[in-house]
Amino acid sequence: MSSSHEQTQESLITFEKAEVTPLRVRIPSTSFRFPRKCLGVVLPLAFVILWELLARGGVLAVNWFPPPLAIVDTLLELLRGGELARHIAYTLARVLAGFLIGALTATLLAGITGSTPLLRQLLDPSIQALRNIPSMAWVPLFLLWMGIHESSKIALISVGVFFPVYLNLLSGILTVDRKLVEVGRIFKLDKLQLVRRVILPAAFPAYLVGLRSGLGLGWMFVVAAEIMGASRGLGFLMIDGQMTGRASVIIASIVLFAFFGKLTDLLIELTGKRLLGQRGGEI
Amino acid sequence: MGYGTAAQTGRAALDIQGLTKSFTVNGGTVTALRDISLRVRQGEFVSIIGSSGCGKSTLLRIIAGLETDYAGSAEFGGAAIRGPGLERGVVFQEHRLFPWLTVRQNVAFGLGNSTSASDWESVDEHIDLVGLSGFEHAYPHQLSGGMAQRASIARALANRPQALLLDEPFGALDALTKIQMQQEVLRIWQAEQATMVMVTHDIDEAVFLGDRVVIMSSRPGTIKKIIEVDLPRPRDRGSYEFMRLRKAIFAEFFREDDKPFVYTI
Repeated sequence: MSSSHEQTQESLITFEKAEVTPLRVRIPSTSFRFPRKCLGVVLPLAFVILWELLARGGVLAVNWFPPPLAIVDTLLELLRGGELARHIAYTLARVLAGFLIGALTATLLAGITGSTPLLRQLLDPSIQALRNIPSMAWVPLFLLWMGIHESSKIALISVGVFFPVYLNLLSGILTVDRKLVEVGRIFKLDKLQLVRRVILPAAFPAYLVGLRSGLGLGWMFVVAAEIMGASRGLGFLMIDGQMTGRASVIIASIVLFAFFGKLTDLLIELTGKRLLGQRGGEI
Repeated sequence: MGYGTAAQTGRAALDIQGLTKSFTVNGGTVTALRDISLRVRQGEFVSIIGSSGCGKSTLLRIIAGLETDYAGSAEFGGAAIRGPGLERGVVFQEHRLFPWLTVRQNVAFGLGNSTSASDWESVDEHIDLVGLSGFEHAYPHQLSGGMAQRASIARALANRPQALLLDEPFGALDALTKIQMQQEVLRIWQAEQATMVMVTHDIDEAVFLGDRVVIMSSRPGTIKKIIEVDLPRPRDRGSYEFMRLRKAIFAEFFREDDKPFVYTI
């Protein structure tokens, strides 16, 4: 009886304890609520404002660190002259050409080595070996072979694009669910049909990753190619800015590279999402 | 033992004689199936039951043509099985639908590139048969497990195969969906009049669906006993006869435990 009484006491106590409402510290909400999604903008924005103020206030040397608004001015000035549009067009065309050539070659080769073990054993080691050559090491050879014109630049960009696309597609093909391949066998698909109807669609998400990182490298290599010898393009604009001592031109070019790099990446991402969105979380 | 009356009366769709299958594992040889002889009549529903690892799935894979390296003979429709064939449809335990295709495209998958109007008719007819009308344009990830398995059955049937091979088709489904699917399969079997060979580890399922239940023992996989299920359909799972057969099969697997309930057949 006593133990039961004790228990009741105890439960009463806990009950009482539970009754105590926890102290709620309410922060008075301000009328302005910053959307969480835009939180990432805060730091760069603060940085730009700080930079602007420091440059205007004379803390930073304006010729080395031109204030952001001056860079905007430079951009507008270049744009008005029609000069900038031409540089952008050249750079975009080079990236596009290099990307198409590199990605297409990679797709074909990965398709071949991915679907035929014999050819994989024959070709893949060579391709993997070539991958170990730092891509910039090709530059002198390409210049020697193809001269300083467009072809050597496009070749360099293609090399950069090739490897991520090849590697990702190949690994995508090699990791295709064997159970799905078996369904293809059940329906008596021949080798080509199996590649086209089962393996490539199944490897598509990996392929997309390859294309995106390939494009990233393409942008990296177009800068290298244009810095090394070009009379047009955003990379040339940077070198021009360096030669003429205009930091604002260099920074403006950097901003443009970032902008177009992100834009093209977004293009692939959105296209991929459209194609992949339907299949949901699987694969 | 031996072939039941049902098998003797009709023409054999599937004829397996003295089939032995070994695998090489870590340099050693493991016999998965030993001296399997089984004859399945056209239009017959045969359940193959055994504990996991008894080689029943291997047997089905041989019939499907996915495993071709074996001793003995396996014939379908009078011809030796040398690989997969469109006359033998397969339903796996997992639905194995292509995630990038809609239900309709998945069902049409086996019909090839140039799907004709009559092919699409067959596709829609089979989508209807498995009760997926209205979900033609859904993607596999939007379907429940039972619905996905229905789509997979429709895909196997769209080619109008002579035989449907089912490899633990409802093993991954919940108990209620499973019973529903068993009734569906029965209806589909009666509508299509195809030969059915189903591998399962569910005694209830084997008895509910099969004309005969082939009981396999493990390591190496052999046919231990073939039980005739001479009950009219639809079968009442609660009937005395049904329970009697269930117990008889149960006793084949768990002799010692089941002693107090031994029934004489």
